[in-house]
Amino acid sequence: MADLVRNPQLNANGELTHLLTLEGLPAPVITNILDTATPFVGIAEREVKKIPLLRGKAVFNLFFENSTRTRTTFEIAAKRLSADVINLNIGVSSASKGETLLDTVDNLVAMDADIFVVRHAQSGAPHLIAAHLNAHGRSHVHVVNAGDGRHSHPTQGLLDLYTIRHYKKEFHNLTVAIVGDVLHSRVARSLIHGLTTLGTPEVRVIGPKTLLPGKVEALGVRVFHDMREGLKGCDVIVMLRLQSERMNGALLPSAGEYFKHYGLTPDKLALAKPDVIVMHPGPMNRGVEIDSAVADGDRAVILPQVTFGIAVRMAVMSIIAGN
Amino acid sequence: MSQTPLMPQSTQVPDAEATLTALAERMRPAVAFDAAFVGIYSGGAWIADRLAQMIPGEHPVGHIDVSFYRDDYARTGLKAGAKRSQLPFDVDGATIILVDDVLYTGRSVRAAINELFDYGRPARVELAVLVDRGGRELPVEATYCGARLAVARNLSIVLAKDGEHLRFGVENVADG
Repeated sequence: MADLVRNPQLNANGELTHLLTLEGLPAPVITNILDTATPFVGIAEREVKKIPLLRGKAVFNLFFENSTRTRTTFEIAAKRLSADVINLNIGVSSASKGETLLDTVDNLVAMDADIFVVRHAQSGAPHLIAAHLNAHGRSHVHVVNAGDGRHSHPTQGLLDLYTIRHYKKEFHNLTVAIVGDVLHSRVARSLIHGLTTLGTPEVRVIGPKTLLPGKVEALGVRVFHDMREGLKGCDVIVMLRLQSERMNGALLPSAGEYFKHYGLTPDKLALAKPDVIVMHPGPMNRGVEIDSAVADGDRAVILPQVTFGIAVRMAVMSIIAGN
Repeated sequence: MSQTPLMPQSTQVPDAEATLTALAERMRPAVAFDAAFVGIYSGGAWIADRLAQMIPGEHPVGHIDVSFYRDDYARTGLKAGAKRSQLPFDVDGATIILVDDVLYTGRSVRAAINELFDYGRPARVELAVLVDRGGRELPVEATYCGARLAVARNLSIVLAKDGEHLRFGVENVADG
């Protein structure tokens, strides 16, 4: 219990007040988020796609780094909860005038912000904001990490967990492969922590040496450099996006070469279990990490991931804002 | 409802199965043939399932979880284990009988009515409850009621299910 209290994401009762990372988050907290997301999925099928839970609350999307898709899904989630949403593209405003991150935050708190959704290129920026709010008696203001540097992208990890649970029901009999640029992927890191916490017996990472972190085994995963070998018997395949800047650098010879070895094609997919699901956090590079025949095929659950992502973000915001 | 007997003040709870039979008797002559029964989780959902069997007609059954419409979210946060509301019929123009186990403050019924209207505009909404324990904080009254009961504020009447058998219990509540 002492460990829980020290975790800056949890309050003295062990309840979630900020979502910063899946690392160190107890399994019951993760399971509660997934359980809470389930009824939110149904809201999208109704005549009125809104519930009044966060009526009168203000959600500030603080994006220090561009990500239209992530910002949009948070915005939809907050609006479906009836919150007011304010989008701030900080990269081109206060920060460029020299204001510090925490001064920006204090100003927005003075405008009665209730939730900050933070995307930042620097690892740890959302932690810094949460710690600052906690230390200054503003624990009624909550922080959601929408991606920080290479560190963490917890809501993406949670929506991946939700998707896996939706199709596979439980984790303790699964083999999950994460394929591609694990080194630069905050998505991979969050997902590995979540899968491990929920008791997944085998998590594999597949990729070239140059795109896997040095001590990746320490996260409790099996490492494969041969994709065909790594896909054998998998229940779930998570393809990671290969960012174009990596291809221009020294890490990879070419997109075509990468596709040959690590692109998910129908013949490689056939090595996994027949009922395998294929996931991708988006945006996809067709013909680089995934073949169109797979991306549009019947094993892909890439678009359901997007739909579940809104429900999961609704669950996170309604849990933290109530604690 | 006027002929419903008022039970004496005590922690004695009525037999839930007998009360359900009495409720169904009162509803049978009055309920529309195609009325939909919508039970409020969890006790109301069990009762709605049973009433749909006991009352002649073609009654679609829905279940509703009012967690997202409650008025105490700001004080107590979101309760874990909210269920997905299921209304497998068109709410627009429907005659709906909301079903709950215990009618007390009226706040759950207020939340349920608000949620219903986010699915459409019903032609008519009625309320059926197994017991009415008084203590209303909102102007809400049951259309059909199995039994009326006087209960001290520090006690909570809880419906439980053993297999298919319904049973009332009494619990102490700290904050009345």
